[in-house]
Amino acid sequence: MTAVLPAPAATGAGEQARLVLEVSAVADAAPGIRTLTLRRPGGGLLPGHPPGSHLVLDCGGRRNAYSLTGDGMPAAEYRISVLLCPDGAGGSAAVHRWRAGDRVTATGPRSAFAPVSTARHAVLVAGGIGITPLLSHARAAVRWGRSFELLYGHRPGAGAHLAELHALCGDRLGVHEDTAELLARIGSVLADRPLGTHVHVCGPAPLIAFVEDTAGALGWPADRVHAERFSAADLDPGEPFVARLARSGLRVPVPAGTSLLAALEAAGVAVPSMCRQGVCGECRLPVTAGRPLHRDLYLAEPERAAGDAVMACVSRCADDELELDL
Amino acid sequence: MTAVLLPERTTRFPFPFAADSYRYSTNVEPARRVAATEAGTWGAGVLDVDGEYATELALRREVLAADPTRCQQLPHMRVAAWDALTTLLPELAATLPGVTALRVRGDRWSWRNDLTATSTSFTVGDDDSLPGGPLALLGSQIQEDVVLLDQREGSLWADAGLVTFAADWSMGFDVGMRFLEVHGPVPRVHEAGVVQRAEQFLMRLQPGQEYRRTNWTMTVDRRLDTSTETYPVWARDRRLVVDDPALPDRLHLRVEVQHLIRLGVSNAVCFLIRTYLLSLRELAAVPAWRRRLGVVLAELPEDVAEYKGLSRFRGAAVDWLRAAD
Ligand code: HEM
Ligand code: FES
Repeated sequence: MTAVLPAPAATGAGEQARLVLEVSAVADAAPGIRTLTLRRPGGGLLPGHPPGSHLVLDCGGRRNAYSLTGDGMPAAEYRISVLLCPDGAGGSAAVHRWRAGDRVTATGPRSAFAPVSTARHAVLVAGGIGITPLLSHARAAVRWGRSFELLYGHRPGAGAHLAELHALCGDRLGVHEDTAELLARIGSVLADRPLGTHVHVCGPAPLIAFVEDTAGALGWPADRVHAERFSAADLDPGEPFVARLARSGLRVPVPAGTSLLAALEAAGVAVPSMCRQGVCGECRLPVTAGRPLHRDLYLAEPERAAGDAVMACVSRCADDELELDL
Repeated sequence: MTAVLLPERTTRFPFPFAADSYRYSTNVEPARRVAATEAGTWGAGVLDVDGEYATELALRREVLAADPTRCQQLPHMRVAAWDALTTLLPELAATLPGVTALRVRGDRWSWRNDLTATSTSFTVGDDDSLPGGPLALLGSQIQEDVVLLDQREGSLWADAGLVTFAADWSMGFDVGMRFLEVHGPVPRVHEAGVVQRAEQFLMRLQPGQEYRRTNWTMTVDRRLDTSTETYPVWARDRRLVVDDPALPDRLHLRVEVQHLIRLGVSNAVCFLIRTYLLSLRELAAVPAWRRRLGVVLAELPEDVAEYKGLSRFRGAAVDWLRAAD
């Protein structure tokens, strides 16, 4: 599963390290679907991750999120499978041009579609290229002995990873080339799985909607139904603005992707800070003009509304200039 | 410049006060940054092994033998427990080169630690290969207490842990609770949004991210096991110490360096608590610490002092700390 994220965000202190990776193998998993194997150029283990995690790859000026298909144990290789999108807007074309030996940069792994540890059973539903995070789920479920089944629908001849899936899942796998058949199967499975079952779905929007609606109609609690939707887990890099320091007269430009805090520090203005994540309250600065764009978890609603303070580590400005009492 | 040579316990002590007054806050910062104090530094790594290593691990063994409920693990925390072990053993190997050896061949791990006379092999994920389980092995190798939090239904749950050095709480009582429930007894933090913010922050941690914070209280004598379970043994000392001429030697500032790590494989949050004790007399060897602790203690709101269990002796402690001015 693929999603396009906003352009590069600044990595602040405490953020995940950027990974430099080398493409070590390229293979075609199905028509239009390319599987890339990535490793550290010097070898060594890559960070472990929960099943269903994605890697954010820099590809041709964009940042794309691709699901990791492994079981999540720290390993020497990551694998992703990328569907070539014909309109070419998403950067998948750039990925399809990569060859063994190419270097790429990435952040992550990032987790937003993890299994639920208390689940008695997991129903995994995949449509098309949406198989990738669920392959990871299935591998981890096999490794850790968790109960699951996988329903995989794809267009005729377009199934990816089929041999691996059969070997991995055995009779826990149901493959459907016919949509009506897939939906009927989902309906009957959701109707009779035990209490405490969770369903995880990834695929085209109509498939996700069908699973959610069917589960809802059958009385499944919403927190038992999990859909892979790439949320912009990274903070948006935001618009550039200028910080004007009322007392010193200094004007500090804050580019997109750089925090107000980092820009002030780079300009030699000392600002106390601790978490750099908008939770600790250390970096609060008094605002005398301009509308703060609050992105922190610290300020209370009335303080936000008052607009006379800003948390410099994450928040920005809704206007071109933010005047600070500094 | 002071010419006095300070002991390691002092130079590595994570003195927690950055100002003359103390209030609860979501005081988290990235881990692995060396923090400088008036007397030295702390915080270079996630695990800390110091001169108390053997003593504290022996004490943990005794406490566990007397009360196995200090180690808790709900069944769904199996992966998280393995994850904690396989994340932290390599960390410990890096912290203790020479006296430890870790060999990894696929899922087959061998671990040797000369300081604890440990030599063991196990298969990751195979509970039968490690009698006692991953948490027990981990707890026998590191000075830190460990809590593992599961993330589901929009909350964190304290569903496993090995905690022998709790500051007046109980792992056996808290196991299975949500993060907000665990913090139920703490005054002020709910109204101030401190724990809600902390939980939001923790739930957004990505695989491998590591943060830390400090917390503090005071303890009579070098007693690490101040769990709720042993309350009858230690609580009365808080009253008795007031009139004891040995108060500056018996009363200790107790600081916890807490690490918050998102474990990759299991998605659990690993909470490590490392406890340091420094007596008022040891602390007073650093004049800035002596002055600051005196001011902070005197200024601390009564509800916080009461919750931390300082009310009985705080006046006497402040008097002693100030007498030197
Ligand atoms: C950013 C993260 C956290 C913050 C800001 C935070 C904050 C606090 C504060 C202010 C207290 C009162 C301490 C005192 O005055 O002595 C406290 C107590 C406590 N915290 Fe946390 N905490 C955090 C993470 C955790 C985690 C991950 C756990 C794991 C379960 C935990 C378990 C506890 C327990 C057991 C107590 C004692 C409560 C009692 O009296 O029973 N905390 N915490
Ligand atoms: S540094 Fe913590 S809120 Fe900004």
